[in-house]
Amino acid sequence: MQSKLLEVKNLTVNVEDKEILHGVDLDINSGETHVIMGPNGAGKSTLGFALMGNPRYDKTGGSILFDGEDITDFTTDKVAKKGMFLSFQNPIEVPGITLSNFIRSALEERTGERIKLWDFKKELKKVMQSLDMDATYAERDLNVGFSGGEKKKAEILQLLMLKPKLAILDETDSGLDVDAVRTVSEGIRIYKEEVKGALIIITHSTKILEALSVDKTHVLVDGRMVKEGDSSLVTEINENGFESFM
Amino acid sequence: MKEKTYVDDIDRSIYDFRYENKDAYSIKSGLTPDIVEEISERKNDPEWMREFRLKALDIYNEMGIPNWGPPIDGLNMDDIVTYVKPNTKMSATWDEVPEDIKETFERLGIPQAERESLAGVGAQFDSELVYHNVRKEVEDQGVVYTDLESAMHGPYEEMIKEHFMKLITPRDHKFAALHGAVWSGGSFVYVPPGVSVEIPLQSYFRLNAPGAGQFEHTLIIVDEGADLHFIEGCSAPKYNIANLHAGAVELFVGKNAKMRYSTIENWSKNMYNLNTKRAIVEEGGKIEWVSGSFGSHTSYLYPMSVLQGKGARSEFTGVTFAGKGQNLDTGCKVVHNAPDTSSYVNTRSISKGGGISTFRSSVVVNKKAVNSKSSVSCESLMLDSESRSDTIPAMDIKTKDVDIGHEAKIGRISDEAVFYLMSRGLSENDARALIVSGFADTVSKELPLEYAVEMNNLIRLEMKGSIG
Repeated sequence: MQSKLLEVKNLTVNVEDKEILHGVDLDINSGETHVIMGPNGAGKSTLGFALMGNPRYDKTGGSILFDGEDITDFTTDKVAKKGMFLSFQNPIEVPGITLSNFIRSALEERTGERIKLWDFKKELKKVMQSLDMDATYAERDLNVGFSGGEKKKAEILQLLMLKPKLAILDETDSGLDVDAVRTVSEGIRIYKEEVKGALIIITHSTKILEALSVDKTHVLVDGRMVKEGDSSLVTEINENGFESFM
Repeated sequence: MKEKTYVDDIDRSIYDFRYENKDAYSIKSGLTPDIVEEISERKNDPEWMREFRLKALDIYNEMGIPNWGPPIDGLNMDDIVTYVKPNTKMSATWDEVPEDIKETFERLGIPQAERESLAGVGAQFDSELVYHNVRKEVEDQGVVYTDLESAMHGPYEEMIKEHFMKLITPRDHKFAALHGAVWSGGSFVYVPPGVSVEIPLQSYFRLNAPGAGQFEHTLIIVDEGADLHFIEGCSAPKYNIANLHAGAVELFVGKNAKMRYSTIENWSKNMYNLNTKRAIVEEGGKIEWVSGSFGSHTSYLYPMSVLQGKGARSEFTGVTFAGKGQNLDTGCKVVHNAPDTSSYVNTRSISKGGGISTFRSSVVVNKKAVNSKSSVSCESLMLDSESRSDTIPAMDIKTKDVDIGHEAKIGRISDEAVFYLMSRGLSENDARALIVSGFADTVSKELPLEYAVEMNNLIRLEMKGSIG
């Protein structure tokens, strides 16, 4: 039997005093893969940011239960430590810390323990290989001067190293060429297989979903969940667009 | 609009410890020819130095206080005890240093640093060198690293007389004149032709006696084809009355010689730091300045490079961190006096809690300096809306055949970047500190590892506070 991992109840979210989400519900069990689709401006990214506790996204109502705890008012770092991960659409460049050191500090923050450098480097190298990432990226400053594709790979690398219980992938496939999409998909497959974590995939397109078995599809329009279905809903939207939901 | 979380000032008590000043010799407040004569006598100056001091005093009395920079009204020269002699003589071994002074140094980590990779330590306690040790291999290379006072009585007297305050003259400004009159302590380094000093020489300055000014003089001559890295670090205990630091650093970089001068200044927050640093670079030579300015109440600090010979080069890398109550006016000057010279300036300034950070630069390219290059780039980061950051670049270009660039950027920490780092589990404090360290990274990566670590720790301490 699967246990409930995430329970979002009637969540309303304001951004700069304007309500963007008008009462969203979302239930996810451990290890499930959910897809959230919707037209531009529907509030998909807002939902991701709000779940992750971004202070700009003001939760004015409802609640978020994650892994048995009410995290509605948690700060972002606490949400992260509890096992949630958000892959950014536009990862930020941070000079002064290498990708490798950043992942290690993040891991140490999570576990509260010092991590043995040797073991860490070994695992990092292995994961980078599986993502077809040049090993030199580990010693480069976090995202600084990375191409769009390398930034997304670096996000997936962090996902695989940090091993969260729930990963939210926000348009991870956007702007990538075919090869990069394949690599990112492979990363997601490894996450499902080895970490056995749950996934929320926020996307416009369906390319990234081809290799995955989707448990549920949600359609978000104008800040409301308007439709819920299985993976066949993805195909339907792919063929007919969102018009029938608007 | 959401206000930025206020980051509290750091607890500086770890730096602001001090010991009671015991029976040290201390002259009466205020500055008269009698006092200067008395200093000269105590220092056992040669006659020429005594005369130099008195001339400098005249100039000091003639000149006005600079009126173009941050206010220094809080500074009352009549209150400054200019000279405090610690009750100890120069020491060659650590064991001979008196216990309380030793403890102060130990808390500053000097013996550890010395034990590690440093070549020599000339650490200054008050106005006197109390601890001095040059590693044997450096001496064997013919390198002289000693205090200026005793060098004046040895075989290098002529060399000192020839160079002392020739680059920074007492006429430069009122505090240079003051320095000329009352200077005390500091280092003399001579690197003979072709000698490359493998490990950096280090000195550590520290003020202690209440109201005492510090006027140490650093004179370094790097002869033709030689290579030296000199590190100067400062930290001072905190007192209620105004403290003044008016040191002078004169660097002579010979033909095809190379010198790097690294500093982290970390004065307590009542210090008026009116320091003057200057280098002259001969043909094919190079000066590299690495400068981190923390602490102090008010700073005026603009290391200057005079590119005197063909193809001479200068590089300046600096970071300034101004917190609550601080007004730090820093930058650099370059004078291109010969063809094919180049200068490269890269600075970062950070202001927080209402602190003011001003970057001031001056690049002069004289007529003879054809085919020269200069590039100035400064970036500022303001951590909240009450802080201030200004950029005042000046350029005076007297020839056409030059390549000049200037770039200035002012910004704030992006909330997006903080959120990104926090989404991986870093606390808000750590995320902000990381971004600020990254911003200052261009400087810290120029420093030797242990100094880079110290600078990052300083940034972390400066950033630490009550974040809600």
